[in-house]
Amino acid sequence: MNHFKVLMAVATVIFITLGAAGCSSIKPWVKPYERDKLADPVMSLSRHGKADAYMHHVYQARESARGSEGGSGGGCGCN
Amino acid sequence: MVVTDRSGLFPALVKGLACAMAFSQIATAATLPQDNVDVLYHRYEGGGMVIDGPSVLVRKSAGPQVSVSGQYYVDMVSAASVDVVALASEYTEERTEYTFGVDYLHEDSILSLGYTNSSENDYEANTVYFSASQEFFGGMSTVTLGYARGQDEVGVRGNESFSEDADRQNYQLGLSQVMTRNSLLGVDLEVVTDEGYLENPYRRNRYIDPDAERGFRYQPERYPETRASFSVATRALYYLPYRASIRGEFRYFSDSWGIDAQTFELAYVHALNPRWTLEGRARYYVQDEADFYSDLYAFENSQTHLARDKEMSAFSGTTLGGGVVYEWKQTSLPGVQRLQASLLVDWLDFSYDNFRDVTASGGFLPGEEPLYSFDAFVTRASLILEY
Repeated sequence: MNHFKVLMAVATVIFITLGAAGCSSIKPWVKPYERDKLADPVMSLSRHGKADAYMHHVYQARESARGSEGGSGGGCGCN
Repeated sequence: MVVTDRSGLFPALVKGLACAMAFSQIATAATLPQDNVDVLYHRYEGGGMVIDGPSVLVRKSAGPQVSVSGQYYVDMVSAASVDVVALASEYTEERTEYTFGVDYLHEDSILSLGYTNSSENDYEANTVYFSASQEFFGGMSTVTLGYARGQDEVGVRGNESFSEDADRQNYQLGLSQVMTRNSLLGVDLEVVTDEGYLENPYRRNRYIDPDAERGFRYQPERYPETRASFSVATRALYYLPYRASIRGEFRYFSDSWGIDAQTFELAYVHALNPRWTLEGRARYYVQDEADFYSDLYAFENSQTHLARDKEMSAFSGTTLGGGVVYEWKQTSLPGVQRLQASLLVDWLDFSYDNFRDVTASGGFLPGEEPLYSFDAFVTRASLILEY
């Protein structure tokens, strides 16, 4: 449980950093026309659509860890 | 400390959102997902289990601002796992899942709302989810906030009078950040809380009884009625000097039952030519046991909470996977703009540190049986058509 409290504190620091960083004066440094490689499918985190979501389901059913798998969406009703 | 956390969390969130709104004036336009049909055949085989079935998703836009989707998913289960063999006879069952979702594009935000129903003969789960995604900082950053609420109804085959409830809430925060022309970074946080009947009603734990034939007896599982978990993950993607990418991920997990876990993953995607791509990945997962877990309790009802579910034990899992992907852009097929066909195979291997195989032959004394381990193959055949 102590670890849990520590992690919640870390989360708070990250939230605050995000909030503060959003109002800094840093300008975007990668222009839209420089993002051709980032748009390549080999750079996609969810290239396989539902096939990727299925692997999360496979792991959730066999491991205690859950959450932060990436991608949006909610619960999977897969207990 | 908890009070401090809460007092800092919400102002920071509000401030973050306010800044996101301010930056929206320089954001690039967010876009709805492309209309598509996503067909998947999935198969899991190992540890005495065979689970396979189809999944079909159809997504269609309704005007420039709305996209709706529906998914049908089936798990056909044939079960003879170590838990089933030790306590009951093999069984087959089917789980069917329907999901309906709506995405709404509003200026530079995408708001998503969805509902999932999962149904099997002894378990019914209903989940609603909502998420809001916002691009800002010149389109270099995307922040997603998500919330899901699930209400499950737990039953037992052959016992019509048994009915218990479990409620679940998920709180998600994600950041996707363009770092350079060749690299992306993602950070995700998720808190999940559960309340209600959280154990598996079919599983049992065991305790020493010298009068029993095998030296031990079984008793029902008894979990706490609440659970809260926290996870944080970071993932980075890098585009190599040739058309290929490398991805690294790390996730840390901790929950109020005393389970800590870490996940490490590395993946490599290599384009052979404009249409064919090969990929490979390796994943390692390790967790320690729940505070109340034991493979063998000293005597009956020896503590308040009792668990011998192997997912509550200390174990590690390794995955090695690979796949081949065929992608055809601007196809000559009528009405199809892009086609992607994939065949992906993963090998999973789990080794338990304190869960023993009571089905092992050899007349072992209680607590001296060999530790359990198993492996499994997961196969996915996927076809995505964008139109």
